[in-house]
Amino acid sequence: MTALLQARGLTRKFGGVVALDRLDLDVVAGEILGLIGPNGSGKTTFFNVVTGIYGAHEGHISFDGADITKASSRAVYHAGISRTFQRSRLSLPLSIFDNIMIGNHKRLNQGLWFNLMRRGDFKREFEANYRAARALVEVFEPQLAERLFEPVAGLPMIDRRRIEICRALISQPKLLLLDEPSAGMTHDETKELMDDILQVREFNKGLTIIIVEHEMGVIERITDRCAVLNFGRKIAEGPYRQVAADRQVQEAYLGVA
Amino acid sequence: MAQAGQTSRASLLPGIAALVLATGYLIALLAVEKQPLIIGLLAFGIAAVLAANWFGWLDPVSRSFADREDRLGCFAILAAFVVAVFFREDHFVLLLFVTVLLYVVATLGLNIQFGYAGVLNFAGASFFGIGAYTSAVLNTYTAIPHLLVLLIGGLLAALIGSLLLLPVLRTRGHYAALVTIAFALLLKTFLEVNDVLGGPQGMQVKPMNLFGWSFNDNIHIGSVELSFYFSYFVVSMVLLVGAFILVRRLERSWIGLNLDALRLDETAASCFGLDIARWKITAFLIGNFLIGIAGALFGMVGSFVAPNNYTFADSLILVSILLLGGIGNPWGLVVATFIVVVVPEKLQTIQEYRFLLYSVLVIAVLLFRPEGLLPRPVRSYFPGWRP
Repeated sequence: MTALLQARGLTRKFGGVVALDRLDLDVVAGEILGLIGPNGSGKTTFFNVVTGIYGAHEGHISFDGADITKASSRAVYHAGISRTFQRSRLSLPLSIFDNIMIGNHKRLNQGLWFNLMRRGDFKREFEANYRAARALVEVFEPQLAERLFEPVAGLPMIDRRRIEICRALISQPKLLLLDEPSAGMTHDETKELMDDILQVREFNKGLTIIIVEHEMGVIERITDRCAVLNFGRKIAEGPYRQVAADRQVQEAYLGVA
Repeated sequence: MAQAGQTSRASLLPGIAALVLATGYLIALLAVEKQPLIIGLLAFGIAAVLAANWFGWLDPVSRSFADREDRLGCFAILAAFVVAVFFREDHFVLLLFVTVLLYVVATLGLNIQFGYAGVLNFAGASFFGIGAYTSAVLNTYTAIPHLLVLLIGGLLAALIGSLLLLPVLRTRGHYAALVTIAFALLLKTFLEVNDVLGGPQGMQVKPMNLFGWSFNDNIHIGSVELSFYFSYFVVSMVLLVGAFILVRRLERSWIGLNLDALRLDETAASCFGLDIARWKITAFLIGNFLIGIAGALFGMVGSFVAPNNYTFADSLILVSILLLGGIGNPWGLVVATFIVVVVPEKLQTIQEYRFLLYSVLVIAVLLFRPEGLLPRPVRSYFPGWRP
């Protein structure tokens, strides 16, 4: 069992608030890890520190054998970590296809000469990427795959989530960070989305996922293992059933004395 | 915009019809001299567009342009030549026409910066002026071929513009815009106190001379005489077509996508590997390059440059064209430039109040049509392409 992502003593403060407090976390290649905890327990901060949006004040993170503690968001993406955001961050005026291609940045030829002058080659690359995006979207929602050139602005929440996840998956990352994929969706929609995620995993075998989620049904169903955060500290770790039975966890969530 | 399930390409006819009508209207507007007639024509034009919109006749036109842009672009070039040939002896109208074409090139540059990358440049006229001063100096003191002078004008505008890169990259939104305003004021002052560049009086610019063909003389073809501005029209047209194709290809590539991504959400863009600085710099430099080339040619056309021609107010005109036309839509820029440049020239009565007209136009557009006269459609990488 080798850890794909390893955090050691990770600390991040905002003024007097300690959002992450000497956090140790190992994520094993190929697993789905659930990251749970009450609001403000540091789950999203952990994602933001891993993806280089915030720097860490102490401790370090390594990914796939390389230290990424001080890596920029760009470098983290190039190393093979993709994410979705808690509040949807799609580019609304752009089409579905455009949004997904933003996630495919590292696999697109970014040369000025190629893009402007070699339009024949560009067209071939465009068509190959169109097929890839279409195949990926089809896994989630076949009807959406017919509408790849429509703006995202007109789509309902569940479709926007699907596109966000497609944007994160199109570059075939090694690690996917899902930040509350069920936020703003109904119970049935959430279930549908989780089915899709499990299905995508069938395609992309090696994919490791960390998921932040409040719906315990989701966590129970799709995670192999859970880590529970409270005030930036890890208070429990293990399979969902074991964690859910933990007294400290119940206190943190329900405030039972 | 491609509709799902619609497999056949849109017809050329609505686009051609719109071009023919627009050409006829433009010729009429440019030919008429009497003020009441001009006011009548303008009112008629506005009413006609509103009515066409009401009856839904504009949709087939925009679909036609979206799908068959290459063809319709060729027809638009033809239309421009028809107008120019119609006014072949009229210096004033041809000068006005050339001014429009070069302003379109400049706003295409601004469009890359603001429309795509979201970098607001309030020093457009300054970079235009750098181009114009380049041709003034090089044509006076050197024998560099004039086509090369145009290129140098563009490169110099990009080079001097790169002085602004550091402050523009370190600031965002309004603050970056303030940096460009400061630059515009500095450049004007610099030109005014610089005696080598003619100080406040400015400089003469020698007219263009292409391979021994002087643009100072009228052209005689058999018994037909063409205004010397006709030569400038041809060169401006070539420049415009080149700039238009460049901007279109840029938009319809991964680079255009990068620029949109970083304008709309820098954080998300950098989480997907975008080098924000690299693409902002690329957009800023290419934009200033286009503005500089247009300015260099404009200097030769006007045969005179002075600091007062390239002020902050002129930059505002360029920005208002962008807002009016539809940010990100090159066709919108063409329409808007005609409105902003031609209307005050023809309507002598409002000449004094033209800034009032611009502000009213911009406020009206922002209130009633925030995306401009011709809003930018969703990107289609290859017009008419179907899966």
